[in-house]
This record gives sequence, C-alpha cells and structure tokens, in this order.
Amino acid sequence: MSYLEYNVKTVPTGFRKVLYLNWPLILLLIAVSSIGFLMLYSVAGGNINRWTEPQMQRFGLGLLAMFIVAMVPIWFWRNVAALAYGVSLLLLLAVEFFGVTGMGAQRWIDLGFMRLQPSEVTKITLVMILAAYYDWLDPKKVSRPLWVAIPVILILIPTGLVVIQPDLGTSILLLAGGGVVMFLAGVSWWYFGTVIAAGVGLVSAVFTSRGTDWQLIKDYQFRRIDTFLDPSQDPLGAGYHITQSKIALGSGGLSGRGFMQGTQSRLNFLPEKHTDFIFTTLAEEFGFMGAFSLLALYGLIIFFCIASAMTMKDRFSALLVYGIAAAFFFYFAVNMSMVMGLAPVVGVPLPLVSYGGSAMLVLLVAFGLVQSAHVHRPRGN
Amino acid sequence: MKQSPKDIEENARVVNRRGLVVGGLQLAFMGMLGLRMRQMQIEEADEYRLLAEENRINVRLLAPPRGLIFDRNGVIIADNSQNYRIIIVREDAGDVDEVIGKLKELVTLDEDELERAIREMNRRSPFVPVTLADRLTWEEFSKVAVNSPALPGITPDVGLSRYYPLKDDFAHVIGYVGPVSDYDLSRIEDPDPLLQIPKFQIGKIGVETKLEENLRGKAGSKRIEVNAAGRVMRELDRDPGTPGSDIQLTVDARLQNFVQARLAGESAGVVVMDCENGDILSIGSAPAYDPNLFVRGISSADYNVLREDKYVPLRNKPVQGTYPPGSTYKMVVALAALEMGVLNPDETVWCPGHYQLGRRRFHCWKRGGHGHMNLSDSLIQSCDVYYYDISQRVGIDRITAMANKLGLGVRHDIPMSAVTEGLAPTQQWKQVRRGEAWRVGDTLNASIGQGFTLASPLQLCVYTARMASGLNLEPHLIKTVDGVALYPDPPEKIDINPYHLRLMRDAMDSVNNGSRGTARGSRIVMEGYEIAGKTGTSQVRNITPAERAAGVIRNEDLPWERRDHALYVGYAPRDKPKYAVSVVVEHGGGGSRAAAPVARDILAFAQFGEVPPLEAYPTSQRERIRTMYEAMDLKDPRPPAPGRSRA
Repeated sequence: MSYLEYNVKTVPTGFRKVLYLNWPLILLLIAVSSIGFLMLYSVAGGNINRWTEPQMQRFGLGLLAMFIVAMVPIWFWRNVAALAYGVSLLLLLAVEFFGVTGMGAQRWIDLGFMRLQPSEVTKITLVMILAAYYDWLDPKKVSRPLWVAIPVILILIPTGLVVIQPDLGTSILLLAGGGVVMFLAGVSWWYFGTVIAAGVGLVSAVFTSRGTDWQLIKDYQFRRIDTFLDPSQDPLGAGYHITQSKIALGSGGLSGRGFMQGTQSRLNFLPEKHTDFIFTTLAEEFGFMGAFSLLALYGLIIFFCIASAMTMKDRFSALLVYGIAAAFFFYFAVNMSMVMGLAPVVGVPLPLVSYGGSAMLVLLVAFGLVQSAHVHRPRGN
Repeated sequence: MKQSPKDIEENARVVNRRGLVVGGLQLAFMGMLGLRMRQMQIEEADEYRLLAEENRINVRLLAPPRGLIFDRNGVIIADNSQNYRIIIVREDAGDVDEVIGKLKELVTLDEDELERAIREMNRRSPFVPVTLADRLTWEEFSKVAVNSPALPGITPDVGLSRYYPLKDDFAHVIGYVGPVSDYDLSRIEDPDPLLQIPKFQIGKIGVETKLEENLRGKAGSKRIEVNAAGRVMRELDRDPGTPGSDIQLTVDARLQNFVQARLAGESAGVVVMDCENGDILSIGSAPAYDPNLFVRGISSADYNVLREDKYVPLRNKPVQGTYPPGSTYKMVVALAALEMGVLNPDETVWCPGHYQLGRRRFHCWKRGGHGHMNLSDSLIQSCDVYYYDISQRVGIDRITAMANKLGLGVRHDIPMSAVTEGLAPTQQWKQVRRGEAWRVGDTLNASIGQGFTLASPLQLCVYTARMASGLNLEPHLIKTVDGVALYPDPPEKIDINPYHLRLMRDAMDSVNNGSRGTARGSRIVMEGYEIAGKTGTSQVRNITPAERAAGVIRNEDLPWERRDHALYVGYAPRDKPKYAVSVVVEHGGGGSRAAAPVARDILAFAQFGEVPPLEAYPTSQRERIRTMYEAMDLKDPRPPAPGRSRA
C-alpha cells in the first residue's frame, strides 16, 4: 500500500472535489485559450466560422474531458498508465499504415469526427508511464544502469516512431519531456552529462554526414537548419517562413498595430498563420505588451503546476505534474523560439492557441490529470 | 513495496529539489524569450516596420499616353483610342463557364480570343485579371457595364491603344507600333521598365520607332497594397507619369491622301517637297497597308497576304526602293560638265541613234536618232547620245561628285526605317566592290542613269528641289516636337553657278511646255500653275542584239516585272518653284506616259490645295481627267475643330 492509498481518508469525495480543483490554473487555461480564439478570429479576417468556432467547440469538449479526468482519482490514472502508453504506441504504429499525409508527413488518423494526432497523445502517455515507473521503482535503484535502460527504451520507442513520420519537432519534445521526468526522479547527473556530450557528438555527426550516402536527416531539414543559421540566404525560398515571421513580429512594436490591423498576417505574408505561426499575429497586432502577456500567462501556468507539485507527497502525482508542466513548457518555448528566429522551424504549435484539435484535447486532458493529482493529494495532516 | 514515511519525505524532497532546478531553468529560458521579444519589438521595431512596409507595398507602372502625331495642319495621324475591354478575374467569377455564357448573351465574343483567354486564365493564379475581349463598341461596353452586377468577376475596363485614323495613307510615313516582343527587349541595352508591361506598345518601324524616345513618355506609377500572393488589396496613391511628346510632321495629310489615291493600282513611290525649306509634304508608297493591323500584333494570315503580294506593300518605296534613275539623271551630267567648264550650252552633238565606243555600240532610245542636239534640246527630247559624248569629257568621278552635291548617292537623315543610300558609283567603288577596273562604257551607261546608278524617289526629289530652288535643301519630315520647331534655320544657297541651274530649269520647262518636250502631254495650261520637269524610263533588263534585230518588244507585251520603270522629276510653278516632286512607277513603262501624268496631278493638287480645276488641264484631256477625279475616293482629312480636347 502506497502512501497515497494510506492517506486516502483526507482526500475530498463526491462533488466536494469541485471545490478543491486548482481554479487559478483553470482560469489561466481559459485566458490563454481565449487569446487563441481572438487570434484565430483575426487571422481568418474577421470570420468566426473558419477557425474560431471549431476551436471553441474543441475547447469546450476538452474542458469537459478535463473535469471528468480531474474527478477520477489519481491512482486510477496511475494504474492505467501502462495501458495508455501501449495504446498510444499502437496508434503511432497505425499512423504508419493508415495515416493521413499532411505537410509532407504522416501525422493523423482520421477518426471520422476528428483527426487524431497520436504523437500528441504520446507526449502525455509517455510522461504517465515514466511517472508510474518511478513510482513503482525503489528510489534507491533509479541510477542503476538496468533501471535507467528501461525508461530510456520507453522514451526511444515512441520517439523513433515519430521521427520516421517524419516529425522532428514532436520527437524532440518527447525526448525532452521524458528526459525531464527521469531527471526529476533522481537519475544521476552523470547520465545526463553523458547524454548531452553524446548529443553534441551526434549533431556534429549529422553535419559531417551531409551530402554523403548515409545522410542522417532529410534535405529539407538541412535546409531549414541552413536558413535558420542565415535566413537571408534565401529570403523568398526556404528562409521565407522565418523572415516573414520576424518581420511581422518585429513590426508590431511596443503596443502593436491593433486588433485585426496586422498587415503582414492579414495580407498572407505569414505561412501557417493559424497554426504554428499564430504567435506572430499576436505579436504584430498587440505588440510587445501582448506577446509578453502571453508569455507571462504561460509562466503562471507553469508556476501553478510547480506550486501544486511541491505539495504532493505522492511520487506518481509529483512526477506527473512536473512532467506535464515540462512538456507544456517545451511546447511554447520551442514554438516561440522558432517564430522569433532562435530555433529552426520544426513544426511545433503554440499550446492552447494554435488551431488544432488533437493538441487542444490532449493538453486539456493532461491538465485534467494535473487537476486530479491536485484534488486527490493528501492534505490536512 | 513498503516505504517508511521518512523515505517518502526524503524522496519527495529530491523530486522537489530537482523540480525547482527544472523550474528555474524554465524561468531563465522564458526570461530569454522575453528579452528577445523586447529586442525585436522595441529596439529593432523600426527596422522591421520598414521591412513590413516594403512587403506590403508594391509599385505598379502606369503606361503614359503615347505622344500623338499630327500632320502640318494639325490633322491627327496617330491617335490613342479608348480601348474598351472586358476583364475577368477567375476567383471573383466563381463559375467561369456560367459567367461567360451570360456574357455571350450581351456581346459577341470571338471564339479564338475566348479560347486563348480561358487558357491564360487556367495558367495564371485565380486573382490575375485576364482580358476576355477588347475593341468593344461603346454600345457593347455599356451593356456589360450596366449588367455587371449580374456578372461576377467581370470588369469593363478602358485602356489606351494606338489608332491610325487615316489607315493606309500614312502606313509608310509613320510606320506603326506593336506589342513589345522578346526580340525588341533583347536589342535594348537598358530597357525602360515600361517595356515589362505585358503587350506594351512600342514603335516597330518608321517614325514610330525612330522617335520612340520622344513618343513614349515617362512611366507613371501607382503604389498598391498587395498580399504575399500578389493580390491587389487597394491602391494607395498614383503618379500619372509624363505623356509622350506630340510630334508634328511636315506632311500635309490632304495631299498625302490625294497622292495615295492617285497611286491606287500602281506599285509606285512618290515624294513631294517644299522647295523653300525642304519640308516633305507627301511621301507616298503604293500599295500600302493598314497599320492598325499591326497594333495588336498582326495575324500570320494577314501578314502572309502582305508578304506575298508581288507589289510588295510592305516596302516603303520612296525611301527604301532604289531604281536606275534613267534620263532624270541627265541634269547631273549636264551640270557636272557645265561646272567643270567643258561644255558650251550652244554646241551641238550629232545623234544618229547610236554611239560607237570602240567595238561596242550604245543606242539612243530613238532609233532614228535626234540629229543635231544642243544642251537644251538634249534635255527636252532626252537624247542619250549627247550624254554618251559629254560624259566622257567629265569622267565618272566628277559626275558622281555632282550627284552627291545634288543629294544623290547620299543617305538623307529622315526618321524612317532603312533609308537607302542609293548608289552613285565611282571608279574606286567598282574596284573595291566588284574587283574590276572602271571602264568608259560604264561611264556611258551612268550618263543616262543606267548601269550601276541607283536612286530612291526621295533622293530624286531632293535633287530636283535643289535644282529648282538653288538652295542646299535637306529633306525634313518632322516639323515640331512638343511644339518646338526642329529646323528653324533657313537653308543656304547651293554651291552651283545659278546660271547653270537656270539652263536646267529652262530646259525642264520646255520638257513639259515646249512643243517637242517628252512630257508635253502632262502639262498644266493655267497661267501661274505651269509645271516643269524631266521624264525618265529605266530598263530593268538588257536588250540583246538578237532582240534588237528582231525589233524591240513593246513594254506592254512584256510580263509586268520585266517592264521598264517610269520616272518623272519636276516642280511647280515653273517661274517660282514651290513644290518639287519625284515619281517612280515600278514597271510602269515610259516615264512620259506613266509617271509624268501622276506628277502633274500631284503638283496641281499641291498648288491648288484641293482637287485641281479642269481648266488647269489641256482641253482634250479634261473629260478623261474629270472621270478620273470622280472615281477617286478622297477622305479630305481636316484638323479637329479648335477647342476639341485631346483624346
């Protein structure tokens, strides 16, 4: 019997659980999503039906899912973690065979009512299985090679499946999210030092492989790296996204051009303006104040997650909440770096703001888990 | 697995400690993102805003209205017409087939044109406007405009296009414009951005191309807001540019019209000049063509018809055509001899009908011979033997020097395409070009305007005008550019003894008005309007001794292209020359029969300023002349009434 079950008496029951939800976090999620609705309305040129309405429906559905997940005791989620992970692996395999190709990669499974991106689901199930694994594992063994190898394999299987889609952005997020959970669980610093050293070696290997028969990444990815390093090389070709994105962002100035007044996004200079590059529209129309506010809201979401995790004595809950917060962080950090020209364009959406059903639902379900951990944490004594 | 509360606390502390490390790193990264935002949006905002403006604003060129071309009296020769077009934008049209179907009920659309437009539409982006039909009538245009609410994506539009209201009359005078081609662009070193406008019209030939820089004007521009795909969102401002310069020709449109009408049915070249200042009053070429055919690019069917016509309508005969000047050249030889002092006008030469040079016999056109000929007689009756004789005293090089002085064998600088230099041969020329020494026989041939000698009607007219006026006239085609006179200076006297010129004029007077003149049949009998001139008939074939023995074949019996060219040069009025004319009727037969009557009518029209009265003609000819004028369809072009605004 774990600590959690031992202290179950102190956990609220029934509808009283609602009172114990992490309400500030919910309000923050609604605030960020609302910014998303506004921006989708703006980039659609004042058309609410194009992107805003479906996004709002998904948000409603996701919010409902979040409440349901939050009401279910956290130990239930711990017990189904392995199952969820297995299902998400199967979905990733399915996408290889039945997937719909979009933007040059196989990423979706068409479920009829929505297109599911299994790679998005995997981000959460990976954190769940790792948290459950370390909850089960004797903390004294976490740094032993065998017990380190197991979570590494758990991370690498989905990462590998996503890389071959190919979806470099998501695979980096999976790797980073999994790594953070391992770090939190107390795996020795040495392992991370070694991995980082190996990573640096790998990057140099990738670059030396360029142009040879055993080239490790695709040409378009090389070109994206090239144009990331020097977008001026090809401002109307491969560097177009970055250049246009920076122009839109920078031209916003301090207070922006005003809602619906962004010329760059309005005039279609921006690529994927409703998905990966939606932040540029926000930055153009609301300027530094708008862009920084969104960053601050994201920061507060992370803060409330961490603050909640700090109070959790249960190992699964704590690791899960830290892990989800980290995954969420990687989302917006990579996206913002990308549109501001600090990172290559790898195709990561801005969480809760970019148009996209899978990411929205998966994130809200993940925050449902955070809420469940929050509600069901032992308290009082 | 059982854990003690102490272990649990300890493990949670590890997680939280590491959680704080992660949280701290995240905070640091967010701080860096915030700084990056600050850098881009505050420190470098101006820079990015400038780039954004450049992205958004696109400068489009506006074609300036091309300069108009007027005749000397202000008659419009080259106009810019409103071109009513229908433009379609596929994206706005929705169902293109349906819209075109509706449009067909309103106006007739050319099927080929339509097919081309649909192909273009499918090739281009959906928002690019494509011309569906142009050259609509005002009625059709207004029908479409009124119904445009029912025709989504259809815009009636007005553009400018060159229009030549006088059609064939000025085809050879000013040439034509056409849509700029890749070939045109490749020839121009620093192309004007205007030339990038699709179907922009530039001068292709003649005045239109020679004065292209004046006529074109300066490009205007409009700044428009576009999106990344190039779609026009709205217009910000516009600068209309500078219209091209208007050009006034020296040509008189009414005379030009008369000349073209008079030449109908012939293959001929005519030049009429003002003897006082060198203005070209008319420069006719027959047959001509309608330059409007070329404005939008001529169809290959139309072009082949023009190209295969044996009368070569595309050749600008008065400036490009070169012909042996025949007897019209005799004044050159006579003047050369007089100026050199080797000829006494009163001495006579015996003409037995031929001239023996060594073993070669040179024939006079009159088989029986002219008998005793002095200078005046030799010109009036056009005796060849006289010139065979005196040309040997002068020598070819001096004859050619005189020809050059009179404007033959030199290229005149007028803004027309392929103006010929003609040919006044010298000994050196033959040595260089033919690799043979000049022979005396060549001089004899040259003395009657045959052999190597070639001249264009323009050169013959300049030559005549110089003799008639005693002035060193240069031919002018352009009177003013933008209202500024191009040649304000009066011409100088020519460096030839006026008495010698006087002798020529007296003889030319008698050619028309003397009892034995070769052009007596083409005289004007009204006092003060008499003409003077010289006929010429130039062979385009050699007459073999066998042919000559069998009796020279009459021109009428020969196929057209082997008949002689008929020439006439002259001026009027005979006492105070004002108008000089040269006429070459290709394969027209004898000069007196085919060329002189044409020249007479033209000089008469020039003097009267209208169709000449029958009283000007000898009584016996009046009935025939009346019939001819009645059959003539003259346009009588007049300048627009004052106050009418420019189109």
